[in-house]
Amino acid sequence: MAVLDAPRIVTSRLAFEDSHTLARYLATGGYEALRKALAMHPEQVAAEVDQASLLGRGGAGFPAGRKWSMLRPSEVAYLVVNGDESEPATFKDHLLVERDPHQLVEGVIIAAYALQVNRAFIYLRGEFALGLERVQAALNDAYDHGALGRDIFGSGFSLDVVVHPGAGAYICGEETALLEGLEGKRGFPRIKPPFFPAAQGLYGEPTVVNNVETMSNLPWIVLNGGAAFAALGAGRSTGTRLFALAGRVNRPGVYEVEMVKNTFRDLIYDPAFGAGVPGDRPVKAFIPGGVSAPWFGPDQLDLPLGQDEVGAQGSMLGSGSVVVLDDTTCAVRAAWRITKFFSRESCGQCTPCREGSGWIERAMYRLEHGGGRAEDLDLLLDLCDNIAPGLTWPPQQTTICVLGPSIPSSVHAAIEMFKDEFLAHVETQGCPFD
Amino acid sequence: MSHLRVDLRQRAEELVALYPRPRSAMLPLLHLVQEQDGYVSPEGIDEVAELTGTTPADVRGTASFYDMFHLEPVGRYVVGVCTNIACLLAGGEELLAHASARLDCAVGSTTDDGLFTLEETECLADCGHAPCVTVNHRYVRATTPEAFDAVIDEVRQGRREHEIPDHGTLVRVRRNGGLRVPDDVVAAERAAAKAARARRLEEAN
Repeated sequence: MAVLDAPRIVTSRLAFEDSHTLARYLATGGYEALRKALAMHPEQVAAEVDQASLLGRGGAGFPAGRKWSMLRPSEVAYLVVNGDESEPATFKDHLLVERDPHQLVEGVIIAAYALQVNRAFIYLRGEFALGLERVQAALNDAYDHGALGRDIFGSGFSLDVVVHPGAGAYICGEETALLEGLEGKRGFPRIKPPFFPAAQGLYGEPTVVNNVETMSNLPWIVLNGGAAFAALGAGRSTGTRLFALAGRVNRPGVYEVEMVKNTFRDLIYDPAFGAGVPGDRPVKAFIPGGVSAPWFGPDQLDLPLGQDEVGAQGSMLGSGSVVVLDDTTCAVRAAWRITKFFSRESCGQCTPCREGSGWIERAMYRLEHGGGRAEDLDLLLDLCDNIAPGLTWPPQQTTICVLGPSIPSSVHAAIEMFKDEFLAHVETQGCPFD
Repeated sequence: MSHLRVDLRQRAEELVALYPRPRSAMLPLLHLVQEQDGYVSPEGIDEVAELTGTTPADVRGTASFYDMFHLEPVGRYVVGVCTNIACLLAGGEELLAHASARLDCAVGSTTDDGLFTLEETECLADCGHAPCVTVNHRYVRATTPEAFDAVIDEVRQGRREHEIPDHGTLVRVRRNGGLRVPDDVVAAERAAAKAARARRLEEAN
């Protein structure tokens, strides 16, 4: 049974048609958290976030409080918000920037105050035309309202926030590639170490990079306290989280769900969420955290929606995207299309990713469209192993960024789970689902 | 002589002033060039190089990395149909084939009248309304062939002009002027905040 009594932390205003306006935001408690935060010491605000155990909502799930504590002391430091949501089937930040931009802006101001930085950038995916308009309008309103700019609400704290449009590049979701984009360069991830922009980020200065949803949680945490947030969920996975549910479900959409208390089965089948599979077809497999994540089978439907719970089973909660495949779905076609995406989006710096993704894609294409060979399965596994040696999860690092070694996830999982389907493609010289 | 129109040139200079380093304005400036010319034109590249203190080769090399920038002229309306995983499972490939037939134009090319360019896109983050279709980056939520045809007819007849502007996603993104915190003010505040922190630390010890 799904647990539905958790408070709505980041989606509380979405029932209102005008949820993106300052008037609605102020009428629903907007900018109260900022006033409260400004009356506290910056360290106290950071301590509340630390106590909340707010795990980053972008994909890696790194605790926001810890990330903040790593910011190297410096005269100049920056806060950058990652709104370059591009992991396939992830569409939660899109909702937040279009429907509640003030909540994001208030979160950014609170974070900047806690970190004592005076300049922040919101990097938004260039394709979010309406989102860019809404966030800029919210920033303009916030300046007029005195919540941004010089001497915010008479506190002496000043902050300037610039919205920066991306221009279509999946790789810019990787935080160091995003910083390159913000510096006006190609989105090439930077060589590690340094591992964290908190040491060396934008223009080489200490920089905190946080996801849109992470920021959007901050007003609630400040108003209600870190302990109240930490009381939701279980273990390290606290609070609620947005899950973007897509694929073969009756009600695809973004749902705010209390962490750990609900399972994948609840998310997919509860009438309040996905409401089951069309035609009551059986679930064949599902992708638990974006297409970089290894797939799960129906026997893992009762796994709780928690970061460590999913991690222990060899996959990840990742970007909060859940894709459902039913028995009418061809596993070969699904895995081929995912690899085609990686091949198109590889930035090209590292050989395993650049060459490997294209090679796998071509072999998968040939299997799906006729022309597959029996030895292709071994070839595919060998290619996967070359990109991520040992095919472990989390994968071994062979490339500059972590996105490269997650390319094999879907193909490897599909071969492991549906080997017969691959062989049927070879035998029929085409797709048996066509 | 500026290649950008007077109003766009002014916006461009405002954008450059927003960032600690001019080069950071590269992507927004390229969006502005595309807004005016419909694509990233050679003259526009020269001007972006001048504004950012880089070279045309550098600008072109950067622009070519990003999918949204067209280095060749495209149709007035760029139609994107997604076929990535969520859309694949909802008939994205079929809708793309329909779009190609309906527009009488191969995927990746432009109609003879120069009105439409058809693209197969990667995930556009609107998977609750799959398959996802955009026109000049506006989500039109046409998930069936019938709905797609209706949108195309309306665009042709000019009935969507307000909702779907010509090229350029920043057409309506305009920052209020005069609100930027001057650098010296920021530096002074940082110094004051640092001194205050040091004092607090001293008191705590």
